[in-house]
Amino acid sequence: MTDLTTPVAALPSLQRKLEGRALRSVLLTTLAWLAALVASVPLISVLYMLITRGGARLSLEVFTELPPTGFEMGGGFGNAMAGTFVMVGIAAAIAVPVGILAAVFLAELGPESKLANAARFAAKMLTGLPSILAGVFAYALVVMTTGTYSAPAGGVALAVLMLPIVVLTAEESMKMVPKIMKDAAYGMGCTRAQVIWKIVLPTGLPAILTGVMLAVARAAGETAPLLFTALFSNYWIYHDGSLAVMNPTASLAVLIYNFSGMPFDNQLELAWAASLVLVMIVLVINILSRVFGKPKY
Amino acid sequence: MNTPFAIPDNPDSACQPPSAKDFLVDRTFRALARIGVVLVLALVFALVYEVGRKALPGIEKHGFDVLFGSVWDVNQGKYGILPAIWGTLYSAFIALLIAGFFGVSMAIFLTQDFLPAKLAAVFRTIVELLAAIPSVVYGLWGIYVVIPAIRPLTAWLNSELGWIPFFGTSLSGPGLLPAALVLAIMILPTIAAVSQDALTSVPMKTKQAAYGMGTTHWEAILKVMVPSAATGIFGSLVLGLGRALGETMALAMLVGNANTMSLSLFAPANTLAALLALNFPEAGPNEVEVLMYAALVLMFITLLVNVLGSMIMLYAQRGNKQ
Amino acid sequence: MKRLMKSAALAVAVSLCATSAAFAAENVRLTGSGASFPAPIYLTWFKDFSKNTAGVTVDYQSKGSGAGVQDFLNKTVDFAASDSAMSEADIAKVGEGVQLLPMTAGEIVLAYNLPGNPKGLKLPREVYSNIFLGKITQWNDPQIAAANPELKLPATPITVVVRADSSGTTAVFTKHLSAINADFKQGLGEGNTVNWPATDKFIKSPKNDGITATVRQTPGAIGYIEYGFAKLAKVDFAVLQNKAGQYVVPNAESGAEALAAVNMPENLVAWLPDPDGAKSYPITSYTWMIFRKDNGNPAKAKAMREMVEYSLTKGQTIADSMGYIPLPASVVDQVRKASANIQ
Repeated sequence: MTDLTTPVAALPSLQRKLEGRALRSVLLTTLAWLAALVASVPLISVLYMLITRGGARLSLEVFTELPPTGFEMGGGFGNAMAGTFVMVGIAAAIAVPVGILAAVFLAELGPESKLANAARFAAKMLTGLPSILAGVFAYALVVMTTGTYSAPAGGVALAVLMLPIVVLTAEESMKMVPKIMKDAAYGMGCTRAQVIWKIVLPTGLPAILTGVMLAVARAAGETAPLLFTALFSNYWIYHDGSLAVMNPTASLAVLIYNFSGMPFDNQLELAWAASLVLVMIVLVINILSRVFGKPKY
Repeated sequence: MNTPFAIPDNPDSACQPPSAKDFLVDRTFRALARIGVVLVLALVFALVYEVGRKALPGIEKHGFDVLFGSVWDVNQGKYGILPAIWGTLYSAFIALLIAGFFGVSMAIFLTQDFLPAKLAAVFRTIVELLAAIPSVVYGLWGIYVVIPAIRPLTAWLNSELGWIPFFGTSLSGPGLLPAALVLAIMILPTIAAVSQDALTSVPMKTKQAAYGMGTTHWEAILKVMVPSAATGIFGSLVLGLGRALGETMALAMLVGNANTMSLSLFAPANTLAALLALNFPEAGPNEVEVLMYAALVLMFITLLVNVLGSMIMLYAQRGNKQ
Repeated sequence: MKRLMKSAALAVAVSLCATSAAFAAENVRLTGSGASFPAPIYLTWFKDFSKNTAGVTVDYQSKGSGAGVQDFLNKTVDFAASDSAMSEADIAKVGEGVQLLPMTAGEIVLAYNLPGNPKGLKLPREVYSNIFLGKITQWNDPQIAAANPELKLPATPITVVVRADSSGTTAVFTKHLSAINADFKQGLGEGNTVNWPATDKFIKSPKNDGITATVRQTPGAIGYIEYGFAKLAKVDFAVLQNKAGQYVVPNAESGAEALAAVNMPENLVAWLPDPDGAKSYPITSYTWMIFRKDNGNPAKAKAMREMVEYSLTKGQTIADSMGYIPLPASVVDQVRKASANIQ
């Protein structure tokens, strides 16, 4: 009998200890709320500025008209939107497959190999590449060889900027796939390609898509590389009955860069509207990728 | 995989070796993945080669004078990038400090059941959207919103605490602090988004196990979730830092671009990426060599910072295990 | 994403057919790049010209005079535009021959931000050159006060805002300062970028809008921007003392006076570092378009000549309203004659 009663007396003062831990929890929760709120203030401030200044000018016209010049009123940036779609599309078509394939190797096939280590550092070094250098590179590679500014040249420059983001985020996402899931698949006799296709990629898909989204967002907003590769055009990419891809091509980012530097009110308003539209486009792609990229377990 | 499979005696068994087609697909896919890696490497080699080729005459002509000089005078052929190196590191470091703290806090806040899932998803999308805002907009926002907002505080800090080197000068307008603040906002979405993915990828069971052991919500977060997601969070910081080092347009508008070196947060400074972007379009051949040299230095700095970061990461992990 | 990829692949495929189709239709597409200073007026000209000329479209992108010349040398554009003409060494690199044509001219003004926004700040030659040398650092400096007895000048430091990007505007401005101040010539010299004094009161900002925004947001700031920009952006700008000792307001008339003070030489490259004339605005400069003499494509050459003719006639009429200075009639004749060299 004594055996049962003594432990009760010897029990640590569980209650008080919990109080201290609980208090710390409350403090940290307050801190987390504070940090989130403080971080939200500038984020909301940027968005507010963008929406109030850009939204004022938004109308159907801006999507269908060509950019205005000088004192010309009205106008829009339909051609720049088309150009941005084409060039970001080309960039994604290059960077996403190459980046995900490379990430598969880094995460699954040979994570500790020399090749993987070298590629990992190479990708990290690329993240700090000033965007203008991507432009200089694509200029030497594509513009000088084809002899003209063009949409594909712009796409290549943007792909250089997208690639490291896709590689590094995709690698992380694949590494996060629990090992037991893979082991189970291997245990059933799956080949590595099957494990990757059926387990790793679908499970890691949401996180991979986050990386692709970040890359697309960055590419869509980049100006400097496009100035060196796609230049700008005041006309539609579809021009005089033919698709003028091997010609200077307009983009939203360069339009914003051009117009934000002008003293004309009309152009300044359009620059803000174009910034807002750029963000909206990314929003739409983001939501679409969420819908199609739901984890399939 | 090269070892032959033991073929089961019973042909009806669920246990079957991969068919010839499976085998072919597997090999092709693995070869493709390897090509992907090689392409990434080739791209970096091509970039370094292209930049290096153009930088070589500059390196031969000026040697280390460029690295340690602090005068940039095209007319006299003097090219010094020391202030730009200093400003790049200083601004990126401050930005990473701020964005790292807030970005990771935000990731915890949005993934660890502080908000209803739907609301967290909306919030998260908004944060990701901010990554798409063009640099120019951030630059304008910095000039018209951030600088006026911090001006009174900086004036007070300078007059009351001016003896501290960090507050040593008055803020004229553009300067290191506004640049670093805006930079922090710019890299926050990247850090928050990638950290969130890392945190959500930690298996539910891990957290439940922690709760099962009687931890509080926060003990589970700080002692179990964050360490489990550490590599992912670290990866987010790497991406954020990379963007901070390479950002140009917004910094060019906010940093003041003065070739001075000062500890003061309010003094104008310069960064390598801004130097490059601002001078390249009009540069003559002599200047291009040095700008390409500066680009190599920036790439090297990015690499160095990454190596250092990885070492810290390894060290921390080892410490955790002991 | 898949759809994007598909459309991109399609775009590349179609482009191959597109180039051949363009030849068949005899459409001429001219591409130019270069100086940012004349970009607003060039874009207006080219849009109007392209609209009124069947089968010709002209694209122009401002990316800096130096970059334009580089594009021209690399043959990635059909023509370039530059505020600082083109160096002899660069001209020698072009086997086809180079024709420089001045197309318009502009002035550089000093924009300032003082409490109470007083208009018409007068700056003597000695004073504004010394402000940009970092020698005059306070707004209540006796030299500034002496020239502006009617203004109440504050005891605030002068924050000098200069161009951070390499720019033809800086070249024109420093050329002028070097011409009027021996110390400036000695210490800083002239060029697309110069080594401005390294103090925390010298701020660098990119492009005209960067300087304008920084001047607006910084009490006690002064900076140099192009007249056309300042006029439309509605900032206060200073009245400057010219070579004849007169204080002159920048506008089309004072600019035209300055242009009239120099003779256009045979190669059509004239500089006005410090023009004579009592009514001349002191900081005025031409800006040029650069063409190849032998384009190897008669259709393109013809389109270029038409484009120049449009710019010289209808184009000049809108120059004043956009903040540029129309070319003097004698210069228009010279340019028209020289444009025949574009073949």
